[in-house]
Amino acid sequence: MLKNRSLIDPNDFTREEFREIFDLGHQIIADPAKYSKSCEGKILATLFYEPSTRTRLSFETAMLRLGGQVIGFSEAASSSTAKGESIADTLRTVECYADIAAMRHPKEGAPRLASHYIHMPLINAGDGGHQHPTQTLTDILTIERLRGSVENKTYGFCGDLKFGRTVHSLVKFLSNYEGVRFIFISPEELRVPEYIREEVVRKKGIPFQEVDQMEPYMGELDFLYMTRVQRERFFNEEDYIRLKDRFILDKAKMAYARPDTYILHPLPRVNEISTEVDDDPRAQYFQQAKNGMYVRMALILKLLGIY
Amino acid sequence: MLEITSIEKGIVIDHITAGYGIQVFNYLNLDKADYNVALICNAYSQKMGKKDIIKINNVIDINYDFLGLIDPNATVNIIEEGKTIKKVKLEVPERVENIIRCKNPRCVTSVEHYFPHVFHLVDKEKRSYRCEYCDDIVIPYPVK
Repeated sequence: MLKNRSLIDPNDFTREEFREIFDLGHQIIADPAKYSKSCEGKILATLFYEPSTRTRLSFETAMLRLGGQVIGFSEAASSSTAKGESIADTLRTVECYADIAAMRHPKEGAPRLASHYIHMPLINAGDGGHQHPTQTLTDILTIERLRGSVENKTYGFCGDLKFGRTVHSLVKFLSNYEGVRFIFISPEELRVPEYIREEVVRKKGIPFQEVDQMEPYMGELDFLYMTRVQRERFFNEEDYIRLKDRFILDKAKMAYARPDTYILHPLPRVNEISTEVDDDPRAQYFQQAKNGMYVRMALILKLLGIY
Repeated sequence: MLEITSIEKGIVIDHITAGYGIQVFNYLNLDKADYNVALICNAYSQKMGKKDIIKINNVIDINYDFLGLIDPNATVNIIEEGKTIKKVKLEVPERVENIIRCKNPRCVTSVEHYFPHVFHLVDKEKRSYRCEYCDDIVIPYPVK
């Protein structure tokens, strides 16, 4: 039963509960009009303490397409945070107005903290370099639509794996499925955090490699998940400049990939995927963004207990 | 040889890993005690080689989670009329609250200060803990 639950971390729901969300997501894609009035009278609050295009618009569009309404703010400066209000107080106030909330915050663990102070469902829309579970829902729905299921596949993750919250959430999620294998491609400084490598991947006995080259491994991958090196996560600009262009996926590197290797990216992209790759049918990142809206529609419906 | 007399009524924390005695001493605020307290560092131990011991000539509240976190092999002896009337067995705590503080500058605990710092046990052997909020893993008191 997902009604009134919060999604803060990919381990908050069971496989069966996620299955309910994905099944509903596929049904919405097949017949979106059927759900266009499902959330009439309901309000979603989008509390974005950090800039976002896709995630915020995707949540807001999802609610509007369900017939609901949206309130919120898109930067901390335009909320009472600028006056020094605590996260707990802001959330307790918002709970007076909204039925469900999606929250993004630059500090890791902020949505978990907030969830301790409210009773309405709360969705983590990204917390610092930590987790981004609804991007994972987006990724999984996309993987299922392209290849049927997530099991028995090799996933390559490339770029900033240290601060890449989408990677952390997706790895955590995929680690619950059989036959998965990971290849982590990154500079040494941007490898996956210890809690992911040791407590998730190694503890579950999942085969993985940590490498610093892309080409030799392209042919092994079912999916290549590219990520941006995020300027906003670095305390030191020099480190960012040194690492930002380390891996760029272009046509030449795509030649090493199999015909059925799909390229995913949570977006926004800067230059880690050359625009010349966009027309390649294996590049699925814009379709991925569209799927994000549908799966967020499914999540909202489930957490509100409407479906 | 240094001699510390036995106590009549109070607590003896024995078999503390050498080097951690001072941390237990400070955590229990024993520097502010107005009763007799002894901190013995690097005492000879047949089993451990060397150990720290704290003798407290008073009955005080002890946070056993904290002691278990520092050293689950330490022993707490409750003394009355010069005799041990109870030995408390310590365990590595599964969850600790407001004992360890998260040092990750990106963690929400670095900017919001009205809620407890909570850590969950990850590995009993290594005595590693995970921050409830940011998942950062720490080993606050490494096994020596």
